[in-house]
Amino acid sequence: MSAFVNQLPIGLSIGAVLLLIALGLTFTFGQMGVINMAHGEFIMAGAYTAFLLQNFVLALPAAFLVAGVMGLILERAAIRHFYGRPLDTLLLTWGVSLVLQQLARDLFGAPNVQVPAPSWLSGGVGILPYNRLFIMALAIAGVVAVWLYLNRTGLGRRTQAVVQNRRLAATSGIDTGRVDMLTFFIGSGLAGVAGVALTLIGPVGPTLGTYYIVDAFLVVVAGGLGQLRGAVLAAIGLGLLNSYAEFWSDASLAKVIVFAVLIAFLQIRPQGLFALRSRVLT
Amino acid sequence: MIRMLRRNLPFATVAVIALVAAPLLLEPFRLGLLAKYLCYAIVALGIGLVWGKGGMLTLGQGVFFGLGGYSMAMYLKLTEAGGGLPDFMVWSGVEHLPALWVPFANPVFALVMAVLGPMLIAVILGTLVFRQRVRGAYFAILTQALAAAMVILLVGQQGLTGGTNGMTNFFELFGQDLAEDSTQRLLYLAVAVVLGALYLATRQLVNSRYGRLLVAVRDGEDRVRFLGYDPALVKTVTFALSAGMAGLAGALFVPVVGIISPALLGVVPSLELVVAVAVGGRHVLAGAVLGAVVMGYAKTAFSEQFADGWLYLQGALFILVMTLAPKGVIGVMGRLRRARTT
Amino acid sequence: MLELRDVQVVFDGFRALDGVDLTVPEGELRFLIGPNGAGKTTLIDVITGLTRPAAGSVRFGEHDLVGRKEHQIVRLGVGRTFQTSVVFEELTVLENIDLAASFRRPLWSLARRRRGVSEAVEEALARTGLEELAERSAGVLSHGQRQWLEIGMLLAQRPKLLLLDEPVAGMSGDERQRTGELLTRIADDHTVIVVEHDMEFLRRHASTVTVLHEGRVLVEGSVEQVSADPRVQEVYLGRKASDAVGNRP
Repeated sequence: MSAFVNQLPIGLSIGAVLLLIALGLTFTFGQMGVINMAHGEFIMAGAYTAFLLQNFVLALPAAFLVAGVMGLILERAAIRHFYGRPLDTLLLTWGVSLVLQQLARDLFGAPNVQVPAPSWLSGGVGILPYNRLFIMALAIAGVVAVWLYLNRTGLGRRTQAVVQNRRLAATSGIDTGRVDMLTFFIGSGLAGVAGVALTLIGPVGPTLGTYYIVDAFLVVVAGGLGQLRGAVLAAIGLGLLNSYAEFWSDASLAKVIVFAVLIAFLQIRPQGLFALRSRVLT
Repeated sequence: MIRMLRRNLPFATVAVIALVAAPLLLEPFRLGLLAKYLCYAIVALGIGLVWGKGGMLTLGQGVFFGLGGYSMAMYLKLTEAGGGLPDFMVWSGVEHLPALWVPFANPVFALVMAVLGPMLIAVILGTLVFRQRVRGAYFAILTQALAAAMVILLVGQQGLTGGTNGMTNFFELFGQDLAEDSTQRLLYLAVAVVLGALYLATRQLVNSRYGRLLVAVRDGEDRVRFLGYDPALVKTVTFALSAGMAGLAGALFVPVVGIISPALLGVVPSLELVVAVAVGGRHVLAGAVLGAVVMGYAKTAFSEQFADGWLYLQGALFILVMTLAPKGVIGVMGRLRRARTT
Repeated sequence: MLELRDVQVVFDGFRALDGVDLTVPEGELRFLIGPNGAGKTTLIDVITGLTRPAAGSVRFGEHDLVGRKEHQIVRLGVGRTFQTSVVFEELTVLENIDLAASFRRPLWSLARRRRGVSEAVEEALARTGLEELAERSAGVLSHGQRQWLEIGMLLAQRPKLLLLDEPVAGMSGDERQRTGELLTRIADDHTVIVVEHDMEFLRRHASTVTVLHEGRVLVEGSVEQVSADPRVQEVYLGRKASDAVGNRP
C-alpha cells in the first residue's frame, strides 16, 4: 500500500513532463494537424538555451522565444507547403530533426552537459523533491495559460475558428496564414519551456528530445485531437501508467504494457478521450 | 507476347546484373554490403506495398525485421552452443536455457517463426487498430511507439536477448562456414533470389483486383465500405504481408551481416527505411527497392568518409525529396523521359 | 421489404430524426423530399449503417440492420450513392465497376489477375452508357459521368435495394434527362429510394413521395397528393411547394 502511494508522485511528475511537451503538440498537431517530429528537437533547443544562459529563471522565457522562432521558421519555410498532407509532413520534419540533432552535436559536443539547478529548488517535501513539484506547477501554469489564450483572447478564438473551418475563417476576414504562424510559434515555444524544465531532472544531450517525443505523441492520441482537457487527462494517465507499470513489472516491460493498455483503450475510445463528432465522409 | 517481354525487360536486366554480374565482379566485402542492402530492399518492398499502395505509413517495420532477425540469431546461437548455453547467456549468469529459446534449435521452426511471428503481431495490431478506424497519422504514431517499446524490451531482457549488444559471433549456417567467401556468395544469391521472387509476387498482387482494392482503400476507405468490402481486413492482410517480408529480411540479414541488435531495429532504422522508399519513389514498387539500395549505399559511402556529415546529408536529402520530388527518383526519371519524348 | 419503425437519431442534443416510420414495398420507386435539415440524408445513413439510431428498428426483409457494419449491410443487398460522388480516381471506369462487382469474392481470389469482363460489369457499363469511357481513368470524368459511374458500380453489385442521394444535383438539363431515364429503367427491376429536391424531376419520375420535415414524416402519397397538401406548402415557407423546391441551386 505504501509502495502504491509512493509511486503516485513519481507518476504525476512523469505526467507533468509529458503534459508540458504535449501542450505544444496540442497546438501543432491538435490545432493544425501537423505531426512535427522536430518537436523533440525544439525541446532540446530549449534545454541548451538553459545551458548557455546558466540561469534557470531567465531561461524559461528565452527558451520559449528560441524554440518558438525555430518553429516559426520551420512553418514558414517548409511546413506550410504541406498542409493537408500530414504523413509527408511527418517525414519532412523528421529530416529537419536529424539535421538539428547533428547541429547540436557539432555546436555543443556529443556528450551530455549539465545545467545547474537553482539552489532554491534543492530539497523537498517528504518524498517529493522541489524540482519535481516545480515541474508540476509549471505544467499547471502552462495549461492555465493555454486555456486562457484559446478561450479568452481574440487571437485564441481566431485560432479555434481556423481549426474548425479554415475556409469559412478565411472568408470571414481571418488571416489564416498569420494564425498558422502564431500557432506554430506558441506550440514550438512551449516545447522550449518543456526543455528547460527537463534540465531539472536530467542531463542535456543532442538526443534529449527523442526520449520524450514518442510518449508525447501518445498523449495526444489518447487525449483526442486538439482537446486541452484530453491532453491533461491523458498525460496524467500515461504518467501514472508508466510509473506503475515500471513498479509492478520492470522498466523494460513497462513500455510494452503501456502500449498494450493504449491499444486496449482505443478499442473503447478510438478517437481518444474527447473528440469532436463529425459526419463528414472522408 | 512482345508486350510481356518488354514489360519484363527491365526486371530481367536487373536480375541478370544482380545474379551474374555482381557476384563475378564485386569483391567479397562489397558483395556482402550489397547483400545487406538487398535485405533492406526486401523490407522496403513491404513498405512500398503497405505505404505506397495502401497508404498506411508504418514507422515500426524495424520491429518485424528484428523479430525475424532474432529468430534466426537464436537458431544460429543454439547450433553454435551445441547443446550448451549461448555465450552471452553465460556472461549474464543465466543457468538454464529459457523455455522460449528451446524450439529455436530447429532451423525450420526458426525460419517459420521469422516470418509468422511478425505476421501474427501485425495481424493482432492491425485488427485492433484498423477495426477501430484508427488511421493515418495515428497509425504512424502507434507503430513508432511499438518500435520504441520493442527496443527498450530487447535491451532490458539481457539474459534472453543479449541486451544492447544483441547477438553476434555467428560462425556457421546449415553446416557452412560463414566466414568463407563461397558461403557469403551463396547467401548473397539467396537474398537476391528471395528479393526477386517477392518483387514479382508483390507486383502481381498490386496489378490484381486486390491491388485495385488496396488503392481504393487508400483513397477512399469509407467509400470502400459501401462497396461491401471490409477495409480493416484488407489493411490488416496487407500490413501482415509487409511484416512477413520484413521478418524474412531480418532472418536473411543476420547470417549476411553477422549481428542483430536493438540499434538495428528501433525508431530510427524504421524511419530510415521509410525515407529510403520515399527517396526511391513510393508509388512504384521498383522505387522502393531502388531507394533502399541507393540509400544503403549512400550511407556506407558517406559514413566511411565523413561520419557526421551523413546525418546532415540524409536530413537535407530528405527535405529536398519531400519538397521538390515527392515521387522520388523514379518520379524524376519518369518526368525526364517524358520531357525527352515530347 | 424495407421497414423503419420509430427511428430516432440524436446529434449532440439535436434530434435529426424524431420517430420516423417508413415502409417501402418491393419493386417501388420511392422519393424522399423535404427542406434542408429535414433528415433525408440521415435517414439513408441509418439504413446503410453509417449512423446508428438512438432508438427504433430498421428491418430489411428478415434482417435487422441496426448495429450491423456498413459492409455487412451492403452484402445483404443494400447499396447507396453519395451526394458528392466518390469514385476511385486512380482506377479506370472499368476497374471501378469491376471492383464493385467483385465484392462477394473471397479476399484471396482477388489476388488473381483479372481476365476479361464479367457479365454484371458489362451490363452495368451498358446501362449507364459508359462503355466508351471504360478504359479512361475515373479522375477525368465530368460530374455527371461520375454520378453515372457510381450508379453503375451500384448496379454491378446487383443490390435488392438502391438508395440514391441527390443523383441529379448539379447536373445540366441534358444530364438530368439521361439520369431520369436511367432511373426509370433501374426501377423496373429494383427497389429504389431517391432523395431529391428537384420538383420537375420528381413529377416526371416519381410514383410515391415521402415528405420529411424536422426529423418526422410529414406526408406520404402520390406527387399530386403531396404537392396539394397544405402542410407541405407551409413547410416550404408558405410558397407553392413546386417553386420552393424547384429553385434550389
